[in-house]
Amino acid sequence: MWIYEKKLQYPVKIVSCDLKLARYLFTQYGGPDGELSAAIRYLNQRYTIPTNEAKALLTDIGTEELAHVEIITTMIYQLTEGATVEQLEAAGLGTFYAIRNGALFPADPNGVPWTAAYIQAHADPVADLHEDMAAEQKARATYEHLLNLAEDPGAKDALRFLREREVVHFQRFGEALRIVQEYQQAKKVY
Amino acid sequence: MGHERVHLLKKIQEVEFAAVELQLFLDTHPQDQRALMEFNHYSRELMMLKQQFEMQYGPLLNFGFSPSQYPWRWIEGPWPWERQY
Repeated sequence: MWIYEKKLQYPVKIVSCDLKLARYLFTQYGGPDGELSAAIRYLNQRYTIPTNEAKALLTDIGTEELAHVEIITTMIYQLTEGATVEQLEAAGLGTFYAIRNGALFPADPNGVPWTAAYIQAHADPVADLHEDMAAEQKARATYEHLLNLAEDPGAKDALRFLREREVVHFQRFGEALRIVQEYQQAKKVY
Repeated sequence: MGHERVHLLKKIQEVEFAAVELQLFLDTHPQDQRALMEFNHYSRELMMLKQQFEMQYGPLLNFGFSPSQYPWRWIEGPWPWERQY
């Protein structure tokens, strides 16, 4: 069960009409290391992870990632809202306009739709948690690319928050991995 | 009015962020009493702030977790992704 909370996790205050940034931000919506990939990856791995600590963590971080999807889509929506066809074309969003006008869609900046092939699950807690830790680092790196490309101060502020969350999630997954490994070793000794 | 709403909302975002952060920490440190005390402190503060917000600006949560005044206030904008939000 999920409950929707009618608010953003972090405020989004877009000042300018930076359409190029809107396009780049799609990588964190429907791209390989984006927030949607993260949410689905963690929530899907919960069922076969052995310890209660890791079950709780995958549930909670998976839920937080859904809130991050909402922050990213809010930024894309606000950056593109009211843009003319000419402006969209100039920012490389003409193809997006041709396919679906101004509608949002989980795809990467090149229009490649999101696919479950971006994620993996093994029912092997060590493999799964290492994938999760790698995913957090790849998302952190992606946010750093986006910060280099962004100019809007409001967008940069939200991107900095999201980057920082990747660092914290990496840390927590590392702790969950240590707990899982202790659990596996305890089982073997017994 | 808009300013006050945004101010109260920001306060909720701050307190809820502390609760999220502590929740993740507690998932891997379930026996940390100090973190648990802090979590419960923020949880109580969050409940009070949300109640205050909802009385003035309508429900924050769906599916029965927030009561509504008449008429059904859940449908009121602005929604979180909108510029006026």
